[in-house]
Amino acid sequence: MIEVRKLVKVYETKKGSVTGVEHVSLTVEKGEIYGIVGYSGAGKSSLIRCLNLLEKPTSGEIIIDGVELTSLNKSELRKARLKIGMIFQHFHLVSAKTVSENIAFALKAAGTPKARINERVNELLEMVGLSDKKDVYPAQLSGGQKQRVGIARALANNPSVLLCDEATSALDPSTTRSILALLKKINRELGITIVLITHEMEVVKTICDRMAVMQDGKIIEEGNVYEIFANPQEPLTRDFVQSILQFELPERLLEERDGKLIKIYFEGEIAEQSVISDVFQNFKVRGNILHGKIEYIQDTPLGIFVMKVTGDPDEIDRAIAYIASRTKNLEVIQYAA
Amino acid sequence: MLLDNLVALLPELNKAFFETVYMVGISILVAIIVGLPTGVLLFVTDKGLFLENQLFKNIAGFIVNMIRSVPFIILLIALLPLANLIAGTTIGPTAASVSLSVAAIPFFARIVEQSLREIDKGVIEAAVATGATPWMIIKDVLIPEAKPGIVQGITITIISLVAYSAMAGIVGGGGVGDLAIRFGYYRYDDTVMITTVIILICLVQLIQFGGDKIAKVVDKR
Repeated sequence: MIEVRKLVKVYETKKGSVTGVEHVSLTVEKGEIYGIVGYSGAGKSSLIRCLNLLEKPTSGEIIIDGVELTSLNKSELRKARLKIGMIFQHFHLVSAKTVSENIAFALKAAGTPKARINERVNELLEMVGLSDKKDVYPAQLSGGQKQRVGIARALANNPSVLLCDEATSALDPSTTRSILALLKKINRELGITIVLITHEMEVVKTICDRMAVMQDGKIIEEGNVYEIFANPQEPLTRDFVQSILQFELPERLLEERDGKLIKIYFEGEIAEQSVISDVFQNFKVRGNILHGKIEYIQDTPLGIFVMKVTGDPDEIDRAIAYIASRTKNLEVIQYAA
Repeated sequence: MLLDNLVALLPELNKAFFETVYMVGISILVAIIVGLPTGVLLFVTDKGLFLENQLFKNIAGFIVNMIRSVPFIILLIALLPLANLIAGTTIGPTAASVSLSVAAIPFFARIVEQSLREIDKGVIEAAVATGATPWMIIKDVLIPEAKPGIVQGITITIISLVAYSAMAGIVGGGGVGDLAIRFGYYRYDDTVMITTVIILICLVQLIQFGGDKIAKVVDKR
């Protein structure tokens, strides 16, 4: 379990002090995948780097597995870091060392006996699917393969926590998917708590259980990923959610002057029920779906449909009221003249 | 005539060549043994690095700069007492090696520091994040990553030492450069001067060629 209490990180620069993280408190439960999103400069990178004290917090406490990190001396901190793995956007592998030497480095740091190192390196390489690249230098690997080595290195000493600093931001979409799948597998099979920062909502949507949105060094919104996707509160959160759920209708459709245009949000079980067909059976209206999408977030559907309802105006209102009563969120986009 | 001259010079030339190799060899060894750790320390004690220590950094930096600012010929004379202490003599190639070593240490240390500076900071940070000790990071990350630069640095230092060693004649150090000055320059013997200069050119080319080759082999980027 990770607990951050009133974390503040101020950078002293020649032009004065810049606040990177401002009074952030958060708790990450054991075995959870926790995502922090924000645009660059929001302070998310400072925050994650404070978690293993790569950056020394100006004030506040970082508690991982019951140990308050800021109070540790250098050698205690090194010991604590053995149990906190970290992977990076640009992988940061030692280019002069082979894949297995890169992984062995982390094992040596933990004082693993020589005889055990080779065995453990093989295990790790098998886990990340790179058994055939053992003696290859990083320069000969693709980005996704380098990140896999990074993951193997980070997991070498069976950490309880894995920190991911924009781990997929330098990868193409299909490689990103495979790395995310690997992270999820690690989380489920080894029970490792994962904290990741990203500017890609797609990443959060794909693997996170809970998430936080950061802006100007502060966490402005936090919660279950599904709930935030279904019901974003802050404008920035809405921006991020829209990057996944957005769709725009052609002007032409908005200008049409008959019936009503409604946007319906289906959450969870409702998305799997036959709300729409019930409407057409019970009310004398006609409907035409203009746009629609169902996203599965944590295996739970979140659907958004834009529908034009035509027919007798009173009947339309009744139909809309009925849909509204059965779904959580309904928005009438435009009234007909 | 020309050939006779050269043949007569051969024993001198042979001796001078080995004196140069001797002086440069000792000095580069000392430069590596002392300069490499010095360069590493200059780097890792810098701001933001894992052994940050401004006081050490400033003092070490000052000493390095001080030695580097003294013209070599002055250093050569000024260090004669030290040569006497270490080598037990103030003349000859061994005595000259003491001054050459002292000049080469800060020179090489700065080159090492510079090569280390070129390592991606993220790679060092990743090593810190694994929980490795400073010694492990130096041994297994910094040195391997900077190896191509360090090899190039050794090449440059050797070549500078070859040039410096020409001045070793002042303390009777001998060497090819000294031969060029004594026979060629002072006696106006163009044949000797040109021959020795050609030898020096070949030597330097060879060192550079070898250094580049090794640097390429150790470079895995």
